[in-house]
Amino acid sequence: MTTNTITKKSRVPDFLPVGKLNKFVRWESFLVIILFGVCVLNSFLSPYFLDPWNLSDATFNFTEKALIALPMALLIIAREIDISVAAIIALSSTIMGLIAAQGAPLYLVVVTGVIVGGMCGLCNGLLVTRFNIPSIVVTIGTMSLFRGISYIILGDEVLKDYPDGFDFLGQGYVYWVVSFEFLTFIVFALVFYWLLHKSIFGRRTFAIGNNPDAAYYSGISVNRHKLILFVLVGLMSGVAAVLLTSRLGSTRPSIAMGWELSIITMVVLGGVSILGGSGTIGGVVLAVILMGMVTFGMGLVNIPGIVMTIIVGLMLMFVVSLPVLISMYKAKRQR
Amino acid sequence: MSEGSPIFRLEGVSKLFPGVKALDQVNLNLYPGKVTALIGENGAGKSTLVKTMTGIYQPDGGDIIFDGQSTRFSSPQDSHKLGITAIHQETVLFDNLSVAENVFLGNYPRKHGVFVDWQAMFDNAQEILISINADIDPKANLGGLSIGQKHMVAIARALSIDAKVVVLDEPTAALSHHEIQELYELVDQLKSEGKAILFITHKFDEIFRIADYYTVFRDGRYIGEGKIKDTNEAALVEMMVARSIEDTYPKLEAEIGDVVLDVTSLSHPTEFTDINLTLRKGEILGIYGLVGSGRTEAMQALFGASYNVSGQIRIDGEVVSINSPAEAIQYGIVYVPEERQKQGIVLELPIYQNISLPQLPSLSKRASVDLDDELTLARRFGERLQVKTSSWNEQVGNLSGGNQQKVVIAKWLATNPKVIILDEPTKGIDIGSKAAVHTFMSELVQLGLSVIMVSSELPEVLGMSDRIMVMSEGRLVGELGREDATPEQVVTLATGGVVS
Repeated sequence: MTTNTITKKSRVPDFLPVGKLNKFVRWESFLVIILFGVCVLNSFLSPYFLDPWNLSDATFNFTEKALIALPMALLIIAREIDISVAAIIALSSTIMGLIAAQGAPLYLVVVTGVIVGGMCGLCNGLLVTRFNIPSIVVTIGTMSLFRGISYIILGDEVLKDYPDGFDFLGQGYVYWVVSFEFLTFIVFALVFYWLLHKSIFGRRTFAIGNNPDAAYYSGISVNRHKLILFVLVGLMSGVAAVLLTSRLGSTRPSIAMGWELSIITMVVLGGVSILGGSGTIGGVVLAVILMGMVTFGMGLVNIPGIVMTIIVGLMLMFVVSLPVLISMYKAKRQR
Repeated sequence: MSEGSPIFRLEGVSKLFPGVKALDQVNLNLYPGKVTALIGENGAGKSTLVKTMTGIYQPDGGDIIFDGQSTRFSSPQDSHKLGITAIHQETVLFDNLSVAENVFLGNYPRKHGVFVDWQAMFDNAQEILISINADIDPKANLGGLSIGQKHMVAIARALSIDAKVVVLDEPTAALSHHEIQELYELVDQLKSEGKAILFITHKFDEIFRIADYYTVFRDGRYIGEGKIKDTNEAALVEMMVARSIEDTYPKLEAEIGDVVLDVTSLSHPTEFTDINLTLRKGEILGIYGLVGSGRTEAMQALFGASYNVSGQIRIDGEVVSINSPAEAIQYGIVYVPEERQKQGIVLELPIYQNISLPQLPSLSKRASVDLDDELTLARRFGERLQVKTSSWNEQVGNLSGGNQQKVVIAKWLATNPKVIILDEPTKGIDIGSKAAVHTFMSELVQLGLSVIMVSSELPEVLGMSDRIMVMSEGRLVGELGREDATPEQVVTLATGGVVS
C-alpha cells in the first residue's frame, strides 16, 4: 500500500527532473506555434510578406507600444496597472515639441521627453502608494489630466520644429533592415528580461504580486517598490514618446490615442496574469511580435482598421481562453 | 458498531492529485444523532475528505453511500440537496452583506419567483439564530461582528438547509474559551435533533468532551475507528502518529545571558498601552493572552509592521527606531506571524525563493540573484528544519501546514537573527510538527538566540517558557516565573482577575 519509495536518508534535490516534453509545455511555446501559423498564413496571403524590408517596416507599428509593454508587464505582475501611459506619451511629446520650438538641442529634447515621462510615472506612483488609492482609479484620473494638459497647451496647433537628427530616432536604420527603434526594443527587452528574471528587483516583484502582505513581512518595502515600477513605466512611456514623435515628425494632443488598451492586451496575451503574480518577458515579447504580424498581415490584404480591431479583440479572447478550454476538455475526459 | 446504522458512509474512497494520493481507500461511518471525531495529523487527508463529502472534489475510486444508497456528487449543490453541509476551517462569509443574506446566500427566499423575499429572509434567519442561541441581529452587517459571532452565522448558514449530516472542520480554532463552550452546547443540540456530525479537530480535550465515535486517518489512509469510551488519549495519539510522544515540551536548559531587547512603554492609540518588557539572551519569554488582548498587535509593533506606535526599544543597550519590517530584520528581530499563509509565506513561490526573500541583496552579485548561493542557503536551513519536500523548487503551497511553518522559520533563521518572535507557532499544525517546533525552539535558545513566544495554548506556554507575561485588554497584567506559574494563575490574569 505504501508509495513511499524515497528513503528518508536520501537528500532532497534542488530541482525535480523535468520530462523532456514537459519542458516545452508552457505558454511561450503555445505563442510560438500561433506565431508560426500566422506567418505561414501571411506568406500565403501575400507574396510581399517575407520581404525583409516589409518585415522591418512592420516592426515600426508595434515597437513603441512594446517598449511600454515591458515595464507594464512588471507592474501588472505586482498587482498594479497604469492606463495613463498613452496620455503620458501625449504630454511628453507636447513638452518636447515646445522646447524644440524654442531651439533646444537634440540631446535636451530627448532627455526632457524621457524625464517628463518619469515625472508622470512618479505622480501616479505617489498617488497610489501614499494615499492608498487603487491604481486603476488613479491612472484613469491622470489619463485625463495628462492629456488634458497637452490639449490646453496645444489646442488645435501642431508642433513640428525638431532639431536636426531627431528624425533618425524613429525613422533611421542602424544596419541594413534593422531600425534604430527595433534595436532599442531589443536592448530594452534584454534589460527587462534581466530585471524580471535574474535580478533582486524581479524576485521582489513576483513576491509582491503573489502575496503583498508576506512580502512586506519579509522586509520588502512594498510601497517603494511599487513607486519604482510606476516611475519605470513612466520613463519607458517617455522613451516611446521620443520615438513616436520622431517617427511622426509632429505632435498633436491626440497622439497615441487608445494605446493603453493595446499595450495591456500585449501584456495579457504574453501570459502575464491580470491578477498579478506570474508572467515572463519572453511571453510578452512573443505576444508583441504576434500582434504585430497579425496586424501587418491584415494590412497586406487590405482589411480595414475597424475590422482589424475586431479581429485582434477576438484573437485575444480566443488565445487567452484556449488553455482554460483545453483543461476543461481534459477534465471532462478524465471523468 | 451494533446500535443504529450509519446514515452516511464512505467505502474505500480514494482521491488522487498529481504525485500524491490524498486519500487512499478510506472508510468513514457517520451515525444519526452521534458525533464522530475525525482525527489525524495535518496532511492526513482530513480537508480532502471534507471536500469529497461535500462534492467539491470527485473521488477517483470507492463509494459514497447516503441513507443506504450509493451516490455520486458532481457538484457541491448535489450534496447540499441531500442535506450534507460543512462549516469549513476558514469560513467563507461576506463582510459587506447582512447576517441574513450571509445565512441564505445563494438560496434566498423568493417572492413571485424573481424577487428576494426580504421579510421572509430576515424572519427565517432570526428563527435559525434563536434556535442556536445566538443573539445576533439578522439585519446587522456581518463586518461588525466578532469572530465568534461570525462563526455562529456560518453555523446558521449550514443549518439553513435541512441538514442531515453536518461537518465541522476545526470549528474551535479561532474561538475564545467562552465561545467554545457555546459551540459544544450547540453540537449537543444538533445531536439531539438526530443530525449526524463529523467533528474535525486537533484538540484531544474536545474529542473526549463531545465525540461518540472516532475515526483515525494517517497519511491519507484509514487507520481505524471505534467508540470514544473504549479508548484513551495515548492510544489515539499512537494511532495518529504511529509512535508515542512522551515529552511534548522538550525544554532544555540554556545559558541565560545579558539583556538583548528592552522595551519601555510601548503604546498604540487603540491596541495596547504601556508595554514594558525585557528579554535576555537564551531566554524563552512566553506571552499569554486571549484573542483580542493586543498581544499580536504589540508583537507586530516590535517588528515595525505597525503605525502610530510610541515607546522606546533598545537592542543590546542601544536605542533603535524600528519603522518597518526591513529595519527590524536589520536589527535582528524577526517575526513568525500567526497568519502563516497570509503574512508568513508566499504560497505560489518555491521553497528556495521563500527562504531567500528577506536577504536577497546578500545573495546577489551586482543586483543579480546568484541561484547557487540561494539554493545552498535553502538546502542548509531547509535540512536543518527537516522540511519534508520532494525538492527545494517545490511550491510552498503544496506542503502541509507544519512544513509551511518550518519554511517560515527556516527563512528567518537564515537571516541570523538575535530575537525571534513566534506568534502562535503551533496553531493548526499536527502533533508531530508541533514537537519539532518545540524541540527547535529549545535548540535556538541554546545557540544564544532569544525567543518571544505568543500563544493561547496554556500547556505550550507553561511547558516552554522561562518567564510568562500575561496580556489582557491591551495591557501587561502580570509576569510569572517558570517555577511558580500555574495554569490557574495564568488564566485568572488573562481574564482580568487578580492573583491572590
